[in-house]
Amino acid sequence: MLTKRIIACLDVDDGRVVKGVQFHNLRDAGDPADCAAAHARDGADEIVLLDITATSDKRRTMLDVVSRTARGLFIPFTVGGGIRELSDAEAVFEAGADKIAINSAAVKDPKLIGKIAARFGSQAVVVAIDARRANGGFEVFVAGGRIPTGRDALQWAREAADCGAGEILLTSMDRDGTQAGFDCELVQIVADAVSIPVIASGGAGSPQHFIDVFRNGRADAALAASIFHFGIENIGQLKRELHAANVPVRWPC
Amino acid sequence: MIAIVDYGAGNLNSVKKAFDYLGAKVVVTTQPEAVAAADKIVLPGVGHFSALGGLDNTGLRGAVLQGARAGKPFLGICLGMQWLFEGSDEAPEFTGAGIFAGRCRPFPSSVKSPHVGWNSLAVRESSRLLRNVAPDSFVYYTHSFQAPVVAATTAASEYGAQFSAIVEQENIFGVQFHPEKSWTVGLLILKNFCEV
Repeated sequence: MLTKRIIACLDVDDGRVVKGVQFHNLRDAGDPADCAAAHARDGADEIVLLDITATSDKRRTMLDVVSRTARGLFIPFTVGGGIRELSDAEAVFEAGADKIAINSAAVKDPKLIGKIAARFGSQAVVVAIDARRANGGFEVFVAGGRIPTGRDALQWAREAADCGAGEILLTSMDRDGTQAGFDCELVQIVADAVSIPVIASGGAGSPQHFIDVFRNGRADAALAASIFHFGIENIGQLKRELHAANVPVRWPC
Repeated sequence: MIAIVDYGAGNLNSVKKAFDYLGAKVVVTTQPEAVAAADKIVLPGVGHFSALGGLDNTGLRGAVLQGARAGKPFLGICLGMQWLFEGSDEAPEFTGAGIFAGRCRPFPSSVKSPHVGWNSLAVRESSRLLRNVAPDSFVYYTHSFQAPVVAATTAASEYGAQFSAIVEQENIFGVQFHPEKSWTVGLLILKNFCEV
């Protein structure tokens, strides 16, 4: 049986793992390669590494981090942040990523999705969508959540899938960092509208939140960062609780 | 020496990295001569079945088939496993190796496609690749088309219906999942292939 994936996300700034509450108040949670390996041993099904600053002068640092993190990691490894064109994606794949996540650049030029998919396959292209509740719907934001686009998240997810995206990484900006639970309504409307897997992100704070987003949100995978870094929730413990609640997970692993 | 065949379909770093980790001697090659000179052949591949056209255009197809017929251990991964069948509805214009009967088809409409994530292995027959692997172990998949269960299927997975997870026949092995991304289970499977 296909299991629900638990994905550990490492937000990286200048080579170090950090995590903010609603993109502010960053705290240092350590070295990316160490964190990724620890999460894999704990039972993480995938690792996502997001370069949250991604300024051009730090690209080299980032590629070194990707390379070091990938070296001993034998589970799927996604890298996002600052990928603006095909050559950026190529460099990240070359450094050892299995998938790339693109956000702002895909909104600006949806053809980029197809270009990367044509070279590396759709399975390697994750389109990340940051969405916030607005006017009874969900609006897409870009540039790390700073710039509203006026676009509807559901429509954009459909378009991204049609352009060749392999998965959607859907972050609720309203819930991100709050540990108040995933936005199950947002996840459910997108998961029902596209045939590609949807990874729910933003708001994880307890095992019940994961149960809710898999049952009610119909998410294929759920991602969390802050709760896993500071020992608030161990992935193994989380998986035991999901297993006990009859959510199919890779456990024991 | 294990030759990992590079016919231009995607990123082979992960496959090479896993063999490197196991201490196996591997070379990633686009050259038919290097394939002919190798002791074992690995045919990876992700993406669209038409990518296998890259084998046909480069002389690699002949080198791979010749090695397989000569009894060299051969491992097809993902698309490389599908290639062992007659063909795929994904790209009917390309023919597979036809070592196993049947064609690769899409998943039933009752399930989402692609099939992405960790699924369990249901062992059907004694498997050399699964030596020392615990029953019902999980492996990582990402694919839109699936190969049918045939006599050579030693393990199957379930997604809408049963499909071939592992095929084995003499020196020919194929896995639909990505052993290089399947944590300790995957590394053990690759180690078993190295020791065939």
